[in-house]
Amino acid sequence: MSERHDWRPNAPLENLKKRARILQRIRAFFAEHGVLEVETPGLSAAALTDPAIDSLHTRYIGPGHAEGLDLYLHTSPEFPMKRLLAAGSGPIFQIARVFRQGEAGRRHNPEFTLLEWYRPGYDHHALMDEVEELVAPVLGLGGKAERLSYRSAFLQFADIDPLQASITELREAAQRLDIGDFDAEEDRDFWLDLILSHSVEPNLGKGGLCFLTDYPASQASLARLNPDNPAVAERFELYYKGVELANGFHELGDSAEQRKRFEAELAERVDKGRERPPMDERFLAALEAGFPDCAGVALGVDRLVMLAVGAESLDQVIAFTIDNG
Amino acid sequence: MANYSTNEFKRGLKLMLDGDPHNIVENELVKPGKGQAFNRVKVRNLKTGRVVERTFKSGESVEAADVMDTDMQYLYNDGEVWHFMHPETFEQFGADAAAVGDDAKWMKEQDTVVVTLWDGVPISVTPPNHVVLTVTDTDPGVRGDTANGATKPATCETGATVLVPLFINIGDHLKIDTRTGDYISRAKD
Repeated sequence: MSERHDWRPNAPLENLKKRARILQRIRAFFAEHGVLEVETPGLSAAALTDPAIDSLHTRYIGPGHAEGLDLYLHTSPEFPMKRLLAAGSGPIFQIARVFRQGEAGRRHNPEFTLLEWYRPGYDHHALMDEVEELVAPVLGLGGKAERLSYRSAFLQFADIDPLQASITELREAAQRLDIGDFDAEEDRDFWLDLILSHSVEPNLGKGGLCFLTDYPASQASLARLNPDNPAVAERFELYYKGVELANGFHELGDSAEQRKRFEAELAERVDKGRERPPMDERFLAALEAGFPDCAGVALGVDRLVMLAVGAESLDQVIAFTIDNG
Repeated sequence: MANYSTNEFKRGLKLMLDGDPHNIVENELVKPGKGQAFNRVKVRNLKTGRVVERTFKSGESVEAADVMDTDMQYLYNDGEVWHFMHPETFEQFGADAAAVGDDAKWMKEQDTVVVTLWDGVPISVTPPNHVVLTVTDTDPGVRGDTANGATKPATCETGATVLVPLFINIGDHLKIDTRTGDYISRAKD
């Protein structure tokens, strides 16, 4: 006798219908705004170097690669989309299924749907306006989104200055907030992430959309530093009801600076004993060839749908999650 | 001693924290998109019953607690120690008042209960959700009065006191929910 498998979707069909309507709405929004839909590969020989994001790994064997070719599943379509921008695509968007190693839970699934778009000629402020214009109606929100700097948010919700405080002071703050007691050897960004995720994020976007802006330069990722205050980066994240929804940058176009950041991230990966994937040389070459001044953002579609339907977890809006795949 | 990585965390997993065995009640991955991943868990201290929140760095390892829930027969109480017996090995275990706690009042000799052993020593005892006890003392029953919901105290053979309807008499068998201490119904002999 064979085991009886539960074949049913974990999400209610009603939510999946709402999900389809939101995807239609997103495509209509970009069609009206003259933004071109593109598709880029899910498999790449290079991967993200970010020490906090791990790629899934696979191998192609076949014509052209008798010995096999190591490939990574993309964690976001950022690098090839930027190659399109460098090639003169103009404004582009993509709704991509992306993959991340080690992420599963109420608010995570190892594969999820990312809406990513780029706007030549925009800075992060102009892009935040557009994000709000797209997202607020989907969530049925009126009013103006709050814009709060990373520093103000930490001062307000954790009573600590994230830019000035020493590592010891950050550690003491975490102990005072009773959110964890870890080794003193942890680095600055570890403590910032601990305080952000435990004491700051739950308070963001309680009454409406909230953009967290001006991230510390150590967390610039692929954003430019603020020319007037290089201690902070031109990076923002969008929150609603404590849920992180989107991450955007005024994009770094300097290939030498980008290479330096990749190398620093790879060095950190070696330090932490993590996998050291090849950096994306084609992306760096595109930056070098001439990259338009632009802003870009990635938005988690599953989380947007979750909030739009009032669900508490992603398994209510993804038909089949990792444990049901 | 075995260790569990945060990737093995799930409800019911037993961990050693601050020298006491704990049981995971809830486990959640907390991770800023571009930041450090954490496991935020709610754990119950198996000795005190207290639930606390703890945060671990994802990938960290935590010592496993050698804790086992075992069905055993309650034998007797010698005044200080409650004695239990494993039904297959016939091995006997003694539990003190701290381990047995308030639930002692629901246990009759010969009943099967769940004894939680930590490193072979009982740290808590859980009676079945429903037990049947005999009334040893209560005011005389009032016939026919079942509608108004009035109650009176009744003392059972184990010493437990429960609130019962007025028609209950000494010698009646009561079905009781041990989680709430509520009377459910009269039980047939």
